Amino acid sequence: MDFLQPVTWAEALEAKAAHPDAVPIAGGTDVMVGLNFGHLRPALLLDLTRIADLRDWQVADGAVRLGAGVSYARVISELGDRLPGLAMASRTIGSPQIRNRGTVAGNLATASPAGDAHPALLAAGSEVEVASARGTRRIPIDDFYTGVKRTAMDDDELIAAVHVAPPSGPQQYSKIGTRNAMVIAVAAFGLALHPDRRAVGTGIGSAAPTPRRAPAAEEFLAGELDSSGLWESRAELPEATIARFGELVAAAAAPIDDVRGSAPYRVHALSVMARRALSWAWADYRSANQEA
Amino acid sequence: MRLTCTVNGTEQHVDDVWEGESLLYVLRERMGLPGSKNACEQGECGSCTVYLDGLPVCACLVAAGQAEGRQIGTVEGLAGPEALHPVQQAFLDAGAVQCGFCTPGLLVATHDLIARHGRPSDAETREALAGNLCRCTGYEKILDAVRLAADRMAEPAAGGDR
Repeated sequence: MDFLQPVTWAEALEAKAAHPDAVPIAGGTDVMVGLNFGHLRPALLLDLTRIADLRDWQVADGAVRLGAGVSYARVISELGDRLPGLAMASRTIGSPQIRNRGTVAGNLATASPAGDAHPALLAAGSEVEVASARGTRRIPIDDFYTGVKRTAMDDDELIAAVHVAPPSGPQQYSKIGTRNAMVIAVAAFGLALHPDRRAVGTGIGSAAPTPRRAPAAEEFLAGELDSSGLWESRAELPEATIARFGELVAAAAAPIDDVRGSAPYRVHALSVMARRALSWAWADYRSANQEA
Repeated sequence: MRLTCTVNGTEQHVDDVWEGESLLYVLRERMGLPGSKNACEQGECGSCTVYLDGLPVCACLVAAGQAEGRQIGTVEGLAGPEALHPVQQAFLDAGAVQCGFCTPGLLVATHDLIARHGRPSDAETREALAGNLCRCTGYEKILDAVRLAADRMAEPAAGGDR
């Protein structure tokens, strides 16, 4: 096995072009498990932790460009206001030791359906910036996940950053597991209200072959908020609307039975989490009005 | 490959490091520092917690080459030449050690917690130590030890009269 430690992004892209089977490593929270257990024996390990550019985040037109090397701990401490849903998801990840090393880009590259960042990225609206020696492109988050641990990236590409749209309304995140730390989600749900474009964003985790949105639930809720004038009145949400939203989120899932939970449990949990997340987000939306 | 890093303030060189091995393996098997424990090898248990450039991490999840040129702090570096670190002494005094396997990781995590929070609330302690599993104590004695260490470290020298 070879170990390469490029110091510049250009060097990293050249290395990946020359060795498309190289395994990139950043926080190591997935890759090292594979190495320690003998499941992963790449010809080349490509360490990305020396590339200073990847450790930065910037704001452009309100959107955050989150460099691939920014840890979950930094998303929580530095970006809780600009990326509220992603910061909430980050707080549920692993332990302090894991959050000090793991990255959102690593979550994307691994593309586990149980990855905690995905529902928040789907709900907020995001684009993954990937690069190769051939150039740079942005993949909309909806097109990024193509199968279980499969992505729309080519073999010579690396993740440079993820661009997350600025929040125009409340965001919420809910995850269920056997304890509050160190668990792979049994199911997870992300919600973003977008009052600027009168839309709703959702993300489902651990309940389908890939992270996915619940489009019917989004359209239903946005339609109800529109037709009842609730965006403007900020009145209480009818119980029936909250319940129907939960049903539609659950209906968008396609879970399996596994050691962490049964498919029916996951569907039920999603409907509960969706109702709760909506109740929390709507309470935030109403109280924001009182402060204004 | 050759690896050079600073461990507990001393520059260390080791040769013939396999590119796929972890910092934990390097510390235990190549540098003779077996304080950091090897249990789960997947970041679940925290018994290999070390400082990497000042941040607590699981040494089992750091590739050896990623430590090149970095500052590593292990449990062996906590005690002074004359006495245990107050965190270590508090774990002994509070009976927070049974089999002792998780203790090195808990000591490093607690050392970091008190450095950041001074006197952490129980909720802060539970959150900070959530990645360190202990299968003996039921954690109550560990919480006692964290409170004891924080109290002692917050007191002025010579055991003030708080």
